[in-house]
Amino acid sequence: MNEDRPNPDALLAEVAAEERKAARGKLKIFFGSNAGVGKTFAMLDEARKRAAEGAKLLVGYAEPHIRPDTEALLLGLDILPYKLVEHKGATLKEFDLDAALAKHPTLICVDELAHSNAPGMRHPKRWQDVEELLNAGINVYATLNVQHLESVNDIVERITGVKVRETLPDRVLDEADEVELVDIAPDELIERLREGKVYKPQQAEQALKHFFNRGNLIALRELALRKTAERVDAQMREARRTNATTQTPPPWAASERILVCVGPSPFAAQLVRATKRLAMGVRAPWVAAFVETPSSVNMTEAARARLTENMQLAEQLGAETVTLSGNNVADELIAYSRQKNITKIVAGKPELPRWREWLFGSIVEELIRRSGSIDVYVIRHEGEKNRPARVAQQPEKVGWQPYAYALGICTLATLLGMFVYHVLGNHGKRFSNTNTLMIELLAVLFVATRFGRWPAIVASLYAVAAFDFTVVPPYYTFSVEDSQYVFTFAVMLATALLISTMADRIRRQAVAARNRERRTAALLSLSRDLTAKRERTEIVEAEVRHVSGVFDSIAAVFLPNAKGELAMAGMSRETQPLDEKELSVIQWVFDHGQAAGRGTDTLPSATGIYLPMSAMRGIVGVLGLLDSKEPQSPERVHLLEAFANQSAVAIERAALAEESRQAWERVEAEFLRNTLLSGVSHDLRTPLATITGAASSLVESNGIAEDARKELAQSIVCESERMERLITNLLDMTRLEAGGFPLKLDWYALQDIVGTAIQSTRKKLGDRNVKTHFPQDLPLIRVDGMAMEQVLINLLDNAASYTPPGTEIVISASVNAEELELQVTDGGPGLPPADPGQVFQKFFRGAASNGNAQSDNGSRHGAGLGLAICKGIIGLHGGTIRAENRAEGGARFCIRIPTGGRPPAVPIETDAENTL
Amino acid sequence: MSSSQATILVIEDEDPIRRFLRVMLEAHRYRLVESTTGKDGLLQAATAQPDLIILDLGLPDIDGVELTRQIREWSHVPIIIVSARGREQDKVVALDAGADDYLTKPFGVSELMARLRVALRHSAEKGGGAMDDKSVFEKDDLRIDLARREVSIAGKAIHLTPNEYRILSILAKHAGRVLTHTQLLKDVWGPGSAHETHYLRVYMNQLRQKIEADPAQPKYLITEPGVGYRLAERAG
Repeated sequence: MNEDRPNPDALLAEVAAEERKAARGKLKIFFGSNAGVGKTFAMLDEARKRAAEGAKLLVGYAEPHIRPDTEALLLGLDILPYKLVEHKGATLKEFDLDAALAKHPTLICVDELAHSNAPGMRHPKRWQDVEELLNAGINVYATLNVQHLESVNDIVERITGVKVRETLPDRVLDEADEVELVDIAPDELIERLREGKVYKPQQAEQALKHFFNRGNLIALRELALRKTAERVDAQMREARRTNATTQTPPPWAASERILVCVGPSPFAAQLVRATKRLAMGVRAPWVAAFVETPSSVNMTEAARARLTENMQLAEQLGAETVTLSGNNVADELIAYSRQKNITKIVAGKPELPRWREWLFGSIVEELIRRSGSIDVYVIRHEGEKNRPARVAQQPEKVGWQPYAYALGICTLATLLGMFVYHVLGNHGKRFSNTNTLMIELLAVLFVATRFGRWPAIVASLYAVAAFDFTVVPPYYTFSVEDSQYVFTFAVMLATALLISTMADRIRRQAVAARNRERRTAALLSLSRDLTAKRERTEIVEAEVRHVSGVFDSIAAVFLPNAKGELAMAGMSRETQPLDEKELSVIQWVFDHGQAAGRGTDTLPSATGIYLPMSAMRGIVGVLGLLDSKEPQSPERVHLLEAFANQSAVAIERAALAEESRQAWERVEAEFLRNTLLSGVSHDLRTPLATITGAASSLVESNGIAEDARKELAQSIVCESERMERLITNLLDMTRLEAGGFPLKLDWYALQDIVGTAIQSTRKKLGDRNVKTHFPQDLPLIRVDGMAMEQVLINLLDNAASYTPPGTEIVISASVNAEELELQVTDGGPGLPPADPGQVFQKFFRGAASNGNAQSDNGSRHGAGLGLAICKGIIGLHGGTIRAENRAEGGARFCIRIPTGGRPPAVPIETDAENTL
Repeated sequence: MSSSQATILVIEDEDPIRRFLRVMLEAHRYRLVESTTGKDGLLQAATAQPDLIILDLGLPDIDGVELTRQIREWSHVPIIIVSARGREQDKVVALDAGADDYLTKPFGVSELMARLRVALRHSAEKGGGAMDDKSVFEKDDLRIDLARREVSIAGKAIHLTPNEYRILSILAKHAGRVLTHTQLLKDVWGPGSAHETHYLRVYMNQLRQKIEADPAQPKYLITEPGVGYRLAERAG
């Protein structure tokens, strides 16, 4: 592999990034070292020029401090009114994002990019508002001071002694399309402050004393200049790289990847910022890793919160964050780094006392020893004097019971020892008291493994004392010579401590493993559940069930409905309907494909946390925890993300399956239509051809004999009747399939229906005799008479087509309380033996038939719809029809339909009034 | 047939059907008046004094049922309805509105001529009304003596209930013509029972058992699906 070749993935990413950029608005940042350097003035000045060139300009937000020259620039511009927000009794003036989006200017000016919005606004930070403006394709001019940059936050604090709370991720500056440095010399700035051009006089005096002293101003200016220079440098490199793709390849820097070890210590934040600066310097992606070890499982709440904060900070600064699990921090870090081609590891300088380091070694030392080709950077902890809190372990809640057990066990051991020594050993004459000591040791070890450190210490003290007291002469007293047993005690204590520490570690490992196992198992069980599901509703149901189980919260899934509107598709537990605000958060998540709600950067004031469910083809829905009790740790959010994405894939799969099923159905329908068309066109054309031929012969030739003329006319009649039947069937089939066949149910006599059907088919039946067998007391049945008549006509028609002349056809019926059975049997050649049921399929036609049908009607019997219509009509009646071959030969069609209950009463006549 | 010189008014908008009817009717020596719209038909009905009207239900301007009603306001001239299959309800409405018979498209010549004959005969016998109360109906083995209220098959008297006889006698008076369920029900059971079609179904079944050789393949009592019943036309 040629190392210098541009990586195709990188090129693709670049193309994608450029495409994104093209649709996005452009961001220009007016960057300064300090308030008062004239950023707002520069911004408005330039904006006016753009407006003069024809841009539709909107002043979205301008700081309301009074500076006359700035004020003058605002004259005549379109200024967006502030959004007034009540917060803790004060009225805050905020940038009105929605109004700005609604106005959709080509250029908007927004002051103070690092500003924190009032609680309850959509985004916690103004730069996020700006992101949304850019995404909407609006160009933005904004102002920013260097001290607000996240990566220099700690440096600024060191310079000025003031902790800046409003910070902004560096990537906002990095990704800005243009950065203009607004710079004036510190002395001039001080002059301007004195003149009251920046703040009102008293404020200015205060400011000059504290923040704005000359030293600070110079340092901040240097910082701003350096930041700008870094950007220019990066641009230059970028330009060189872009050229590289078209010209000769330049020295292609082997891509660097940096990993920083993050822990719960407050110092880790400094470490993260330092790594960010390092990563910026070499333009490398970086990863913030936390290694969960058995001992970190029992972290205090405060420590866990700090860890969460540190990881969030890293994420904000552009790092990828990972949580690794293992016993040994260094092992895990090295293994991960090798796997991910990390080139540099950044770790904090350990804060351990020398002796501990000497005794147990330190992570850093181990890292350095085992890093091989990876560089390890060790960063000194600076600033805060107070020693960072160790990973304080939550004190295990220990009651008095373990101590009681410990003492009880040792007492038993002592009694056993006394028995062995005094009774079996005849007061030490046969057995020495070493045996007794072993028994005591056994008891202590048992306590250590079972109850942990402190009970073990107590047990060893007690055991040695009991030993001394009971089996060391002089018995039942402590004497001066017994001081030799201090050594015994020390050894026993050390053993107990060692064992209890090991047992402790094993226990914690087990807990960590269990946690890990639970996460994996939860995901695994969801994925197993999902693979079995095909329906969207089933998937959603499984998803909310699993998520609510794992996160102990009400889970809900929102999917777009047929109209594309987002709607609740399932939730784990019924709760009151969501309010407007939550719904708008959910919509936002769906539209933007980013997480929002409690514990996230966007709309953190929402009650729930909502994650996009993204799959290959985009966002398929939103997964939410409606009553997230506390902000979820990044690790939990990642797990939730995994859940969301896994089920998103399942839902997408279901959608794809549905699509392919529909496509298949379309193909099927297409095939049917083609068959129908070809069948119908043939079946319509054949009789038409006969009719046309016969009729034109009649019209044109006069020399035809009278007999021949009659025959021609007869064939016209025959073929017309055939067409009539076909068209009737086609219409019926169409109506049946379109569901436009409403049954007109009424009470009918079966004999009546059968009689009419026989009458209609009389001509076609020819000399085939039809016999009917009906019981005398056949009740009325509730059916659609016309439809049932059609069924019988089709069955008789079928019999006429497929049986030789003279065949006998028998129609018989029997009835019980609920069902009528009607049989139509013939003595013909029977049905295709393989599958008699297939005669009910559309377009099925019997195989080459007997000579009769040919002589009657030509070679075909119709479009193969008659029996399909029978099946459809019987189905509508809630009945069944089946076809079979009779053992004695011939076909049997057997219809079973519900009778419709008891027929209504008919007034009874008394024969008495009979006058006949 | 050569004696027939009746004037027949055909109200039909389809040219081919009109042509076919013209050929057919002229061949049978009927005088023919044609009309393609309802309005013109109404006018012709009043001026041409037809002996019979063949009316298509699907006219472009006036609904055939409405036209029937309007003609019936001043004339008893027999009206035969022509309509496509599957519109049984329309036929029933037209028949109840006063039309005398119906034909379903497509229909054959023999069918048309039979209906024409029946309608013209009824109209000739009693100025557009029914058969005389004193007449005797005879076809094959069936004999119905309306004056003596006697029914016999092959000379053997048949015992009927009053309602059975009432149904049979009404059908006999209009022999060859279709009577709708409603018409029969009103005549036998009164206007309150006009929709109890199952009465008819039960009674028809009973009647067939008594007078038909094979009740499932009736010779005399013909069912007109979805419309009503008809007694087979008398011989001659």
